[in-house]
Amino acid sequence: MTGPVVPVAAPLPEEGRVRAMARLYATLMRTAVVEQFQYRASNYFYMIGMVAEPVVYLVVWSTIARSTGGSVEGYTPGRFAAYYIVWTLVRNMNIVFTPYGWEERVRQGQLAGQLLQPMHPIHHDLASFAGWKVVVIILWLPIAGVLTIAFRPELNPTLLQGVVFFVAIWGAYLIRSLLLWVLGMVTFWTTRVSALYEAYFVAELLLSGRLVPLALMPGWAQSVAGLLPFKWTFGFPITALVGPIDRRELLVGLGAQLLWIIIGALLVKAVWRIGVRRFTAVGG
Amino acid sequence: MAAVDAVIAVEDLRKVFSVPVRDAGLKAAARSLVRRRTREVAAVDGISFTIDPGEVVGFLGPNGAGKTTTLKMLSGLLHPTSGQVHVLGHRPQRRERALLRQLTLVMGNRNQLQWDLPALDSFELNRAIYRIPPREFTQMRDELIDLLDLGPLVHKPVRNLSLGERMKVEIAAALLHRPVVLFLDEPTIGLDVTMQRRVRSFVAEYNRRHGASVLLTSHYMADVRALCRRVIVIHHGRVLFDGDLAALGARFSTDKTIVVRLPDLDAAMIARLGAYATVLGTEADSVTLRVPRADAPGVTARLLSELAVADLTVEDPPIDDVIEDVFAVEPP
Repeated sequence: MTGPVVPVAAPLPEEGRVRAMARLYATLMRTAVVEQFQYRASNYFYMIGMVAEPVVYLVVWSTIARSTGGSVEGYTPGRFAAYYIVWTLVRNMNIVFTPYGWEERVRQGQLAGQLLQPMHPIHHDLASFAGWKVVVIILWLPIAGVLTIAFRPELNPTLLQGVVFFVAIWGAYLIRSLLLWVLGMVTFWTTRVSALYEAYFVAELLLSGRLVPLALMPGWAQSVAGLLPFKWTFGFPITALVGPIDRRELLVGLGAQLLWIIIGALLVKAVWRIGVRRFTAVGG
Repeated sequence: MAAVDAVIAVEDLRKVFSVPVRDAGLKAAARSLVRRRTREVAAVDGISFTIDPGEVVGFLGPNGAGKTTTLKMLSGLLHPTSGQVHVLGHRPQRRERALLRQLTLVMGNRNQLQWDLPALDSFELNRAIYRIPPREFTQMRDELIDLLDLGPLVHKPVRNLSLGERMKVEIAAALLHRPVVLFLDEPTIGLDVTMQRRVRSFVAEYNRRHGASVLLTSHYMADVRALCRRVIVIHHGRVLFDGDLAALGARFSTDKTIVVRLPDLDAAMIARLGAYATVLGTEADSVTLRVPRADAPGVTARLLSELAVADLTVEDPPIDDVIEDVFAVEPP
């Protein structure tokens, strides 16, 4: 039998916010790296499987370029090769917690567990997937090596382009994480939203530079793409490294990424607040 | 307003769910596309109680009585439809940081640990989530490892642990931030007897050391007997009994269950057993009987002397069965 034998313990002291956040991200990233290295074989096969898509695009566009006098809109086979090899890394950086994962998260009660923690669950996803990206980049290097030998890319970036590319792939990761989080939170209202997700992914496929470099699209399509987030998570990072791109365009690109990060973060905050209220009203 | 001294104060708490209603068949499915019918179900229907600092209270009731719904409202996972809940002076549905750092909810059937990694990694993660300073973390972690006898377990990937081992590690992870309010929902479900006992003694020790208040649901009466002086029984979302465990036992558990294993069990034998006591059920080679508590020793002696009994156990009927029986004659 038990009873109030000792006074109730005071809450444990709390670490400072910045230090605790840094520790949280470091711990989650480290945990993800260790976890993903355990699955290195399946990760590798997954990545190799993913190479098929850009190789098809590359072969098609290279053939077209050769048959039309050596280039399409200034894209030579060598530049197409550079574009689609860099594509493979950017594509991997674009993989984040998908809306489909949300349904499972709600159904299996993981979200309820996270709601009990004094931390916004988006940090968990951002940090875990960022850790995974570290593994992906390491595993990607040999794949890029093989593709380079096979397709001989023309790639001569400046130091500035290299730096902007490095920043931009993480910016892309952040934007896509935030926006797909917002899309995933639709699960708070209904689980029958796969058509909505598919519409998003199709728009992204066409207007991001994934299917075709945006420079080859009609002018109006390029204008529309500039107003949407997809280009800034896909086409922009690739072009930042592959070119042609000037200093002003590099800065505009980073600015656009920053803008979409802010929009994404505000959307996450607003939808999360309303969504959790709904979730806790109808059932945890 | 809630009582100031109580750790948990619940007043006239209700939770009503809107449940879709639809008949079977294609026609009904088509109709539901146009007009969705729903009906209101009160999972928790006006309950009130308070829990003091350091109290360990058993929260009992049959499946669907509203226990988990109540626990979810107490921990902030569900908004009450009406009524008041205060935990440590906070309204849980606001999910304020100061409260979340002081409570925990352990659900026996849920896993919050990193599946592929040793539990120590999950502990590190919780340290970061709860912003526990290094010294306090190490102290608390080592205390839990010691109390729960986790030793080498924390170095193995969680997926390699048995159910019981995993539960112990799960409990440790849930308590690293040293909460003073514990909601334990079936913490011993599926565990073997030794492991159940271990978890029980741990909960008692944690309560003693840290003065924590515990609200415990369990289908195992042994958990409740070992830990709770007081029990709250709910059924159909209403409090049916709130008081001393001893009073609950006297009121509800007036019978004993006898399980007899007989090698030559057949229909004639089952009929014969009916003369000893009420036959509750039969399995391949065993029969479950119910007798008034006072008659249990006599009936047991007769069974052993008059029949070729291979095995015999006498136990309290499952708490759910007892409560259900009582409800049958004593509507809430």
